[in-house]
Amino acid sequence: MEPIAFQKIYTRVSQVTKATCSLHATGVGNEEMAQVNDRLAQVVKIEGDLVTLQIFSGTEGIPTNSEVIFLGHAPQLSVSEELCGRFFNAYGQPIDGGPEVEGQLVEIGGPSVNPVRRKQPSELIATGIAGIDLNNTIVTGQKIPFFADPDQPYNQVMAMVALRAQADKIILGGMGISNDDYLFFKNVFENAGATDRIISFVNTTEAPPVERLLVPDMALTAAEYFAVEKKQKVLVLLTDMTLYADALSIVSNRMDQIPSKDSMPGSLYSDLAKLYEKAVQFPDGGSITIIAVTTLSGGDITHAIPDNTGYITEGQLFLRKDTDIGKVIVDPFRSLSRLRQLVIGKKTREDHPQVMNTAVRLYADAANAKTKIENGFDLTDYDKRTMSFAREYSEKLLAIDINIEIDTMIDTAWKLFGKYFSYAEIGIKAELVEKYGTINQHKN
Amino acid sequence: MATTGKVAGIISNLVMVKVDGPVSQNEICYIHFAGVKLMAEVIRIGAFYAYLQVFESTRGLKTGTEVEFTGHLLEATLGPGILSKNFDGLQNDLNKMEGIFLRKGEYTHPLEPDKLWDFKPLAKKGETVVAGSWLGEVAENWIPHKIMVPFILDGRYKVSKINSEGSYKIDDTIALLKDGKGEEYRVTMVQKWPIKIPIKAYREKPRPFNFMETGIRVIDCINPIVEGGTGFIPGPFGTGKTVLQHALSKQAEADMIVVAACGERANEVVELFSEFPELDDPRTGRKLMERTTIIANTSNMPVAAREASVYTAMTIAEYYRQMGLKILLLADSTSRWAQALREMSNRMEELPGPDAFPMDLPAIISNFYARAGYVRLHNGKTGSVTFIGTVSPAGGNLKEPVTEATKKAARCFYSLSQNRADSKRYPAIDAVDSYSKYLEYPEFIEFVSQSIGSNWIDQILEVKNILIRGNEAYEQINILGDDGVPIHYHEIFWKSEVIDFVILQQDAFDNIDASTPIPRQKYMMDKVLEVCNTAFTFNKFEEVNPYFKRIINVFKQMNYSEFQSEPFRNYEEELKSIINEKRKTEEQAV
Repeated sequence: MEPIAFQKIYTRVSQVTKATCSLHATGVGNEEMAQVNDRLAQVVKIEGDLVTLQIFSGTEGIPTNSEVIFLGHAPQLSVSEELCGRFFNAYGQPIDGGPEVEGQLVEIGGPSVNPVRRKQPSELIATGIAGIDLNNTIVTGQKIPFFADPDQPYNQVMAMVALRAQADKIILGGMGISNDDYLFFKNVFENAGATDRIISFVNTTEAPPVERLLVPDMALTAAEYFAVEKKQKVLVLLTDMTLYADALSIVSNRMDQIPSKDSMPGSLYSDLAKLYEKAVQFPDGGSITIIAVTTLSGGDITHAIPDNTGYITEGQLFLRKDTDIGKVIVDPFRSLSRLRQLVIGKKTREDHPQVMNTAVRLYADAANAKTKIENGFDLTDYDKRTMSFAREYSEKLLAIDINIEIDTMIDTAWKLFGKYFSYAEIGIKAELVEKYGTINQHKN
Repeated sequence: MATTGKVAGIISNLVMVKVDGPVSQNEICYIHFAGVKLMAEVIRIGAFYAYLQVFESTRGLKTGTEVEFTGHLLEATLGPGILSKNFDGLQNDLNKMEGIFLRKGEYTHPLEPDKLWDFKPLAKKGETVVAGSWLGEVAENWIPHKIMVPFILDGRYKVSKINSEGSYKIDDTIALLKDGKGEEYRVTMVQKWPIKIPIKAYREKPRPFNFMETGIRVIDCINPIVEGGTGFIPGPFGTGKTVLQHALSKQAEADMIVVAACGERANEVVELFSEFPELDDPRTGRKLMERTTIIANTSNMPVAAREASVYTAMTIAEYYRQMGLKILLLADSTSRWAQALREMSNRMEELPGPDAFPMDLPAIISNFYARAGYVRLHNGKTGSVTFIGTVSPAGGNLKEPVTEATKKAARCFYSLSQNRADSKRYPAIDAVDSYSKYLEYPEFIEFVSQSIGSNWIDQILEVKNILIRGNEAYEQINILGDDGVPIHYHEIFWKSEVIDFVILQQDAFDNIDASTPIPRQKYMMDKVLEVCNTAFTFNKFEEVNPYFKRIINVFKQMNYSEFQSEPFRNYEEELKSIINEKRKTEEQAV
């Protein structure tokens, strides 16, 4: 971004705060980008001829005689097929040593889709993980976060989902991820030989926090290019949205805004919704699906960030360590995909909904049995059977290292039902038991 | 000479303008920006500047840009053609917009200016009329859409000319009115009305008393709502607010449904868009969309227009109420509207109230709820706007400002419980926590004792009582253990479970169970109370649970069967014999 010869250069900065600087300038547009001594900045406030700039990388060492150049446009990204396989920073500049991307320049954070032009999502995204595909099926055009504690392997699970999902493009937006995690993603994508369909925008913890505010919009602008222009199925991974929201609160604090719940800006809901609502199914086949990560502090989902997220997204996924099998599972109780009923039993086998519900119900019975043990009560025969069932269900279906087809998941559940329960106990419609249950029993 | 101005400052969607003439609070203006006009509203007038909230993104806007003031407030365009439309919060017809993405500064006509409507005069030449009087009607879908004297006209007028039956466009003159001074006014089929001001062209607003059937048992049987009543549904995410609102919009007994999707998920609105044109209205046999108007301002659409969307919806509902119709207005969710108010208040640097919401939030909410109601028109006919809003309390905490302010304004409270949702007891309305103030209205009590049954109110109170006692018994059992309490505690608890499973819980996805007509609700209520009032004999507490589970199972099968069909009758017989198995005999009773 070299200054162009005839651009006006301002050299008198009148105010500097921790994140912003102000100067007298004319003809400046709202949200326009600028360079302050080579640091990138954006116009956040104009009062008469006093323009306030938010400097993304902070104002340390900014002198009052800085050179300020206005670039005449909002943050932009150059989009084309050349994006594929590349790694960029929050400004859309390559960080992998490769050349600049040539393409069409688009402003990020563009307009919303007209709701009447959307299509109802109806195509499932298979991930091979039964905790997702069987219990909480994800659909194209959906937006769903992992609610995870910081110590859980959410980035690994996301990388796995990304590689297995049959998406045309996978776009990673990394906000405040550690350098180690960045290298992890890079490694996994390269080893899988999938780099040609993956694009990454990364702001690591080494970069200034405010920069990461640009990351999701960069990722989603690239996604819109492929979904709209190329009619492709695009999967966008955003990790970690909690750090994004934290950056929002830093900015709002420095702009002297009155904080609402949990020191978050009053506009948190709208700010998050603007991003998540980019998830869409277009009528002509293109789609954007968003899988995000919202880290929790101490599992508290009433905190403003997960709470607002929950009201925006279509469900949430929880990870949990199952001590019985020593593996991480997708929690069947607290996880929910709101859009699953659009596909299960319709795009998948007809017995899917009933099998799913029954398995979760039996798993809940096992949890009750465990409570009984803790309280020193005796177990009935049924209790014992549910507990053995739960163990095997966890191991063969819920564990995140499972990678099987949906039909196999359903068949596996049937086998477990047959192994531990009478058909009266599973309470599934008789015709379904006849059609799918017994057949599988013979296979045993 | 219209006032103009120049942009002097910009903070997000708040724009300061230096003006050259008079401006009024809430006046609408347009900012000329890069070849398009951005609509904005004056929200504060200061010593030097007028402060505007812009209904669009202000990206790229520069100081010095021209602003043109219109001299009027934000108005809704009212006339035939509103029904079945999908509008945004500013009443732009979304279907008329081109392209996949919403374009900045693109505004579309809410009605069809070129369509011909078959007009039939109702008023006669020489007749005296006032604002809201019916001059004629056109058929809009199946609703006789009344063409009325514009609400803005004050005082009495004489009809000096009225068009004869024929086809006209909405902008054609259909009547001329003369006031006392002999001045003549032209009336077309379309009129404008400022959305933030209630339409009051009626004679009186009596207390509402007409029971409004929703087909949802936990509402109708436990905490009923009335035509012209107000209610609200607070609940944490995932407790089924939206499913409940969709059920209401499908089943409620109303002539017209206005749905305001205010700051919610776009995919949920898409569900309405794609399902309503397909689903049948059980009452008329027509498609649901024919009686529905959707105002969609999803969460990613401009925040300022979100605030306007609920007012636009209310104004449309009030307009149709003036035609003597029963309107149900649903808003999902009013919390998003309150948040929009908070964002603007914050940008104007107003001193904040609780949770940074504006200080006057409770007043704004109660003014809005007060616009609902049952009215008697000047011609003696009645109409109503029933309003049910959802609230999304932050962190599921009902002590937050929006829920508290709404609780003071709305007369019915439908509390969604996380526990019920977690145990899949849907609809997750907590029958004990929820209330309907209408149960205390003598007019309402009299109305339902005549239309449903003389003991209906008593039964409602009895059911609530059994539920409370069941809760208490359950707590005792949990504390003292299954065998630490007398057996009849188990019986009390399981009788409340029968009510829970048979009356409160309802399968919104089952064709038969989804909507229960009132006669059937009354029938089931009688049956369930019969069980609750029967004394049973149990020898051990272990017998209680399986026995009542059998009863519940048969009841549920009844709920899933066609009313009074053969299977229904068979289940009823089966139920009778189960009850008789453990019924306390005369001898035991002594």
